[in-house]
Amino acid sequence: MRLVIEDLSKTYRDREGRPVEALAGISLAVEPQEVVAIVGPSGCGKSTLLNIVAGLLPASAGRAYFEGAAEGGRPLSAMVFQEFALFPWRTVLDNVCFGLEEQGMPPGRRRRVAREFLELVGLAGFEAKFPHQLSGGMRQRVGIARALAVDPHLLLMDEPLSALDAQARALMQVELLRLWEKTRKSILYVTHSIQEAVLLADRVAVFSRRPGRLRALLPVPLPRPRGEAAQADRAFLDLVDRIWGLIRAEAVEAMAEV
Amino acid sequence: MGTDQGGSGRGHGGGVIPVTNRMAFLERRDRRLLRVAAVAGLVLAWEALGRSGLVRTVFLPPPLAVLAEGARMVAGGEIFGHLAASLVRILAGFALGALAGIAAGIALGFFQTAEAVGTPILNALFPIPKIALLPLLILWLGIEEKSKIAVIALGVFFPMAINTYTGVRHVDPVLVRAAVSLGAGRRGVIRKVIIPGALPMIFAGFKLGAGTALLLLVAAEIINAKRGLGAMINSAGDLMQTTKLMVGLVVLSLLGLASAWGLAALERLLIPWKDL
Repeated sequence: MRLVIEDLSKTYRDREGRPVEALAGISLAVEPQEVVAIVGPSGCGKSTLLNIVAGLLPASAGRAYFEGAAEGGRPLSAMVFQEFALFPWRTVLDNVCFGLEEQGMPPGRRRRVAREFLELVGLAGFEAKFPHQLSGGMRQRVGIARALAVDPHLLLMDEPLSALDAQARALMQVELLRLWEKTRKSILYVTHSIQEAVLLADRVAVFSRRPGRLRALLPVPLPRPRGEAAQADRAFLDLVDRIWGLIRAEAVEAMAEV
Repeated sequence: MGTDQGGSGRGHGGGVIPVTNRMAFLERRDRRLLRVAAVAGLVLAWEALGRSGLVRTVFLPPPLAVLAEGARMVAGGEIFGHLAASLVRILAGFALGALAGIAAGIALGFFQTAEAVGTPILNALFPIPKIALLPLLILWLGIEEKSKIAVIALGVFFPMAINTYTGVRHVDPVLVRAAVSLGAGRRGVIRKVIIPGALPMIFAGFKLGAGTALLLLVAAEIINAKRGLGAMINSAGDLMQTTKLMVGLVVLSLLGLASAWGLAALERLLIPWKDL
């Protein structure tokens, strides 16, 4: 299965009714088992693109499609949100069960599957807790288990670690590397952290802002499996520098705006 | 102090200035004893006033007399007929009004057509004091139970519909997106996201509705009823049976407290994630 984004544009209207071009002519593909990270300054439309791919927002022009996926089979995508978006009235286990319920999986089986994925993300023993009883890092583990449990062709991650403190974030980055080794999911990953993009991705898509355009698509020359230590690698540092060079001027611009 | 270098040069000597808690005057202590004392004091003053002869007991019967009258009415069973009649009316009216209000609120909040049709109608009817509808309801439904239940139901319907509507509209949109991303359709989103998400507001509506229901119950019973707490209070007033009247007020107050406690307990049971 392969995601293809073809000449995709998005224009929406702001509060005064003026058209705002969020994305312009994006073409990009995510290959099987590939991790593609999108980085760019604020307002580059990277989250908009993710929502369009998820089917949560219509595109204005162009299209996104999946190649080699069977109709009515596994879900095309599932999303992990920056705000975690866990259902506060459901326990950890029932949150992970949500998508399986919608798929019509019988209760006994979906609980078994949910437990499996909770164990995978390191949350065995927390099944009966409510989201508010967990730390941010643990909540996002639930969010990831919930998305993985429906077995989507593509995992969409919208700044999944941005709400965490710096230490939890560093730990979760390594955790994501481990999870990818185990699941080999295709992932489209949006972040504003260049370091995170380079550490996690096979290719980094650098976006420019207003409207969001694909400015560069850079392969990450780091071998897998990767760990924290990869960040000391010369190739890692060079690539981070190079991307920062591409984004810096626009990030300064973005900061000057509200 | 050994480390205080040159401090005296800036106009302060070597003295020690302790840091004090400057927020102390803003601290709030739990004055539980005072709370109990306030209620006890009021009752005692009331009793003393009755015994002193300053106020005629026919206008203000002392608490002990009210208590004795209450005990007599319980022992003789007199109170239960009134209480039962009132409870049937208020429970039936509340249940009807709450169910209809929740259904209307969900429809209004979720379906744009319903919202366009329903909100102006709701806003037009909401300001009418519901008790003013009683004469009309009596014409339509007869003077017996139906009109009383209907007026209570109407009184509960509006706060329930408005609160549910507000709750539905304020469900966190990211939860809806999460549900859709995980494969939920319209039914799944309404049942598993919108309704539980609106539950705290629905409960706030229950509390508003409970107060309105009690008010309308008594008003309707005072206007026309043979049995019921309102009827009992009304006829006791007519006959200058002030002690009996006071028993009615105490029972109403207990009814209000019981419903508030019951709803709070139900809320803790159904919304364990709230306030945490």
